[in-house]
Amino acid sequence: MNEGRKEIVQIIFVFVGVLFTIKLFFVQVLDNRYAELADSNAILREVEYPFRGLITDRNGKLIVYNTPEYDLLITKKDVKELDSAKFCEVFGITIEQLRERFKDYKARKAKKEVSDVKPAIFIRQLSNLDFARIQERIDEFSGFQIQPRTTRAYSTFALANSMGYVSEITKRQLEHDSTNVYKQRDYIGQSGLESYYEKDLSGKRGVRFKFKDVSGIEKGSFLKGKLDTLSVPGKDLTTTIDIALQEYGERLFKGKVGSLVAIEPSTGEILAIISGPSYDPTLLTGRKFSSNFLTISSDTTKPLFTRPLMAMYPPGSIFKIIQTLIGLEEGVFNYDTRFPCDKSLVNCHNHPSPADLHGAIQYSCNPYFHQAFRRIINQGKSPNTFTDSRIGLDHWRDYVSRFGLGAPLGVDLPSEKGGLIPSSRNYNRIYGEGRWKFSTIYSLSIGQGEMLVTPMQMANLAAILANKGYFYTPHMVKSIKGDQIDPRYRVRHETGIDTAFYTFVTDAMTDAISGTAPRALIPGMTICGKTGTAQNPQGEDHSVFMAFAPKENPKIAIAVYVENAGWGGRAAASIASLMIERYVTGEVKRPALEEYVLKNEFGDRPARTKPAQTVIALE
Amino acid sequence: MRNEISISNKMDWATVAIYMAMLLFGWLNIFAAVYDTDTNNSLFVATFDFGVMPLQMKQFIFIVTSLIIMLIILIVDMRFYETFAYVIFAGIMFLLLLVPLIGKEVAGNKSWLGVGAFGIQPSEFAKFATALAVAKFIGSVGFRMDQVRNQVVLFVLIGIPVMLILLQKDFGTAMVFSVFLLVFYREGQSPFFLLVGIGMAIIFILTLLVKNNWILFAIIGGIWMMVIYLNRKRKFKHLIIITLGAIVLIGTMQSVEIVFSKLPIHHQKRIMVMLNPDSDPTGYGWNVTQSKIAIGSGGFAGKGFLNGTQTKFDFVPEQSTDFIFCTIGEEHGWLGSLLVVGLFMGLLTRLLFIAERQKSRFARSYGYAVASIFFFHFAVNIGMTLGLFPVIGIPLPFFSYGGSSLWAFTVLLFILLKLDAHRGQVLERL
Repeated sequence: MNEGRKEIVQIIFVFVGVLFTIKLFFVQVLDNRYAELADSNAILREVEYPFRGLITDRNGKLIVYNTPEYDLLITKKDVKELDSAKFCEVFGITIEQLRERFKDYKARKAKKEVSDVKPAIFIRQLSNLDFARIQERIDEFSGFQIQPRTTRAYSTFALANSMGYVSEITKRQLEHDSTNVYKQRDYIGQSGLESYYEKDLSGKRGVRFKFKDVSGIEKGSFLKGKLDTLSVPGKDLTTTIDIALQEYGERLFKGKVGSLVAIEPSTGEILAIISGPSYDPTLLTGRKFSSNFLTISSDTTKPLFTRPLMAMYPPGSIFKIIQTLIGLEEGVFNYDTRFPCDKSLVNCHNHPSPADLHGAIQYSCNPYFHQAFRRIINQGKSPNTFTDSRIGLDHWRDYVSRFGLGAPLGVDLPSEKGGLIPSSRNYNRIYGEGRWKFSTIYSLSIGQGEMLVTPMQMANLAAILANKGYFYTPHMVKSIKGDQIDPRYRVRHETGIDTAFYTFVTDAMTDAISGTAPRALIPGMTICGKTGTAQNPQGEDHSVFMAFAPKENPKIAIAVYVENAGWGGRAAASIASLMIERYVTGEVKRPALEEYVLKNEFGDRPARTKPAQTVIALE
Repeated sequence: MRNEISISNKMDWATVAIYMAMLLFGWLNIFAAVYDTDTNNSLFVATFDFGVMPLQMKQFIFIVTSLIIMLIILIVDMRFYETFAYVIFAGIMFLLLLVPLIGKEVAGNKSWLGVGAFGIQPSEFAKFATALAVAKFIGSVGFRMDQVRNQVVLFVLIGIPVMLILLQKDFGTAMVFSVFLLVFYREGQSPFFLLVGIGMAIIFILTLLVKNNWILFAIIGGIWMMVIYLNRKRKFKHLIIITLGAIVLIGTMQSVEIVFSKLPIHHQKRIMVMLNPDSDPTGYGWNVTQSKIAIGSGGFAGKGFLNGTQTKFDFVPEQSTDFIFCTIGEEHGWLGSLLVVGLFMGLLTRLLFIAERQKSRFARSYGYAVASIFFFHFAVNIGMTLGLFPVIGIPLPFFSYGGSSLWAFTVLLFILLKLDAHRGQVLERL
């Protein structure tokens, strides 16, 4: 009667044993999730954020430093029986704000930005004051911890744009980070020097692994601290900036749109770099970052746009200097060559005619350079005038590029633009091969047409003239805490044009100044400069001035662009002159000129602050 | 003297070896579960103050006393157990009855009898006492399982301890007695009870899981028609019994809501958590979630002895008692877990083998009771740590910390081994 029953009992026993074995295999061997959960349970990962490198000016004056801030982190799964009334009292928030924080947390969780098992920011950047009060009582709230970090602080409002800002790494950046160094919530340099030198400034995060028990109490180091790493502070940067000069320049630039770049010609070190309008760098630190960033980035005057490197203008009359140097080196004309001021070729203003080369520079004679440029382009290398123009243009372009034009210089700042010096290929694309000749491209002769230059390149040109034929790539960092800067900033770039020709053009520039920009003259100092006017079809022309001084022993080379301020001899030349005086003599003795600049009334029309990213002038 | 020699000759040493291995492995695991780098880091501590003694030392004392109990059981004449089965049963039942009256509370559980720091849980001993009583009744002269009167007596025999233990609100231990259905089945009870019992459990869970009761109606109806069809050639009585089973199942289904709502709230929660472990991860799901994390994090070979983080840092509750398996899973991985499952499978199949070779119905059914009780503890305890069963607080034999359970399981096991050693001396009475 009971046959087979013992087998059935056996089968039931064995069935359960096999079931457990399989289930255990799934849970223990196949599923790695549990190991991670166990680690998040028992291992406390304490991140030690490194101090970001300090930034000083060329004289060792501190510009950017660090200040402590405290984030309140939440590990949701560890939060138990939160006494919200007590929480609000300790953290100084209202119950609505607390609810808001939890709602925000939920939203971030829905977006998979945070998870319940890992600490996530709950309240961002508590102030120092909050911290002192909270530190005492943080233990009363399980699942909450305070994470100290440092944020950027600035000793000056100046240099905001080129310095850049630091903010939490974005999700996009995190996804594109190939180095795998960054973690969520890490700070990263977002623009300017902070971004360019991120690797040096950021230092290395330290991590300590500790055991914790179910109540979150630390239970000693994990694996005897074998995996722990100490944080390595970021390297300090010494910039080439003279912060006093920079501040002075920004004061002069108040209410203006444009750029200023000042370079030490003998080294290529950038003394001042101004992008107007600027912003208060402290706005982009701390708790209000997001809302401030929105305000600043949506400002129509684009304070975050680095004009000295990214704005491109036609060089205008200033380019005549380069034409002179190329022509002389090519031998297609000499100091005594005269051309009539034939206004049927290009418009000009009234001046003695026909001028020699010196006079042509002094009076900035457009027809003279039209005819001089024709000699550079059409040298009779081919009987076909189209082919001849093509050969001539490319040959000319080789020369121009030696002046650092037509391609980014390689400044140590992000997103530098290269401007544009057209080649035969550009024109072939526009007009077709063999369908353009000198008369198509003659605007280039006076720095107009399809030609664009950044203010940085223009300042570099001033440095080349000051050095009489060579330049060092402009750069903003002098040394990185003991380390040498990139050797490419120590390479001397030659233009390959005879020094004598530079002497000739700088003499002519000195003479020109008294005519075109008398405001630029500094008593007791010889200044070499050239005005320019970048034509602006959308409004008042842009005022441009390029100069270096003192003539005998150049200490500073400068380029100034003031948008919509009209003639170069007024706004730009005045600012450049004041900057030179300030830098070379250490003080300014022309309060009237200062006042003229600060008053901000240069043009015939009141200045408009409509920004121009790229203005292609029409002749 | 003759007695002694024959015992060592006929003793089932395989079972003894498994028992010893479990005691040793279990003891080391208790040490691992309570190990603390700062305060409790050596296996032996020289103290005789039971109050401050670390758990592994207490368990060591329990193990030593168990071995003494084992010797006593082996020395006592084998006829004692059958002869005094009812007396022992009555005695333990009396103790159980005392518990709600004069028992003391330990950790919220009023299931202890005792003086001072010493106490025992009579409910643990009720298992072997009931096993003896049931075996004695089944083994009695002229016993026939197909007599309704006998079946009623058997259900009364297991019903008494269940009722008394339920008075202590020890739901888990009370449930252990349901496993006697396996013994009854082996001894000739109609599979009806076993099937309906299992069926009721399944239906209970399914009703909570499946929203649409009509699906369950259809399933029960389908099975009923199939079984009726398969048994169509048999007596009309069978068909009635089958139909009765189907009605019981449908009744279960209908009463689930009511029964469920009548359960204490923590039992409701535990059942819901088993059905959906994520339903309450920090509350009632905490135990199961943490237990699975601890076991799962062990991986293939485990983190190593004393290197478990989940148990050491108290993430797993009841880690030295009901959730002791977590320590094994975490520190010894799948291999260690397999060893424990293997030891139990070895013990269970050995016990069945021993039970089957008995010459008396008494000894055989006692053997089945022993095997079934161990099986129930093994299945429910490990199933609970893996989230396969609701959290029912019953210990893993020889592994969980606790004096009463260790002594009771030792008694349970060695009475069988004693009977087995003397099986040649009894007259066949099957």
